[in-house]
Amino acid sequence: MANDKVSIIVFSGDLDKALAAFNIATGAAASGMDVTMFFTFWGINMLKKTGPRKGARTLLGRMFDLFMPKGPDKLPLSKMNMGGMGSVMMRYQMAKKKVQPLGEFISMAKELGVKIVACTMSMEVMEIPPEDLNHVDEFAGVAAFLEEASKSKITLFI
Amino acid sequence: MKGDRLLDVRGMLCPMPIVKLSKAIRDAASGEVIEMLADDEGAWQDVPAWAKKTGNEYLGSERADSYSRHFVRKT
Repeated sequence: MANDKVSIIVFSGDLDKALAAFNIATGAAASGMDVTMFFTFWGINMLKKTGPRKGARTLLGRMFDLFMPKGPDKLPLSKMNMGGMGSVMMRYQMAKKKVQPLGEFISMAKELGVKIVACTMSMEVMEIPPEDLNHVDEFAGVAAFLEEASKSKITLFI
Repeated sequence: MKGDRLLDVRGMLCPMPIVKLSKAIRDAASGEVIEMLADDEGAWQDVPAWAKKTGNEYLGSERADSYSRHFVRKT
């Protein structure tokens, strides 16, 4: 019998929503399910590498790079962010309660076999080349998502 | 009740108990019983649900002092 499948669209670039997405993804993978996560729009931010960028970009591309968070440690909260203070307090509280940071959740998901797909349309619009991203198994579009989702028992948009 | 293998996930929160349980079951031999110590109250629901989903045998749970013990047999 084939494993049950779960497809999750990660649209949000907020720490709290990303944690929910990876909690479900790792829990499902640990329950023997095949999990695919599709990262689109602001969700792409958590996959970004830190550090300076190479390659030519337009002015808008440079602005996206400058003003968008780079990587899991830079995401804001969707509520109570308070100019970044809220996310610092949340990370402090998580560490105190021994919940691993988002970056470790992503690594754990990869170890458990969760497939990470990045949306090429979002990457093109925000001028993010593939070499700026970590963890990505596949670069794909909506047809690839629909193909996976139509075979999935659980489909989530976060 | 006593397990063949002890798994201590006290201090860990969701989803770590079941992630650790799934690794412990993978390492166990068929028929072996994992005894999991947890203080996350969610484990009372999560362990039987996980066992049902993965086709392993849930043998029961009991309360210890400030934590709980959960028993799963690998099928």
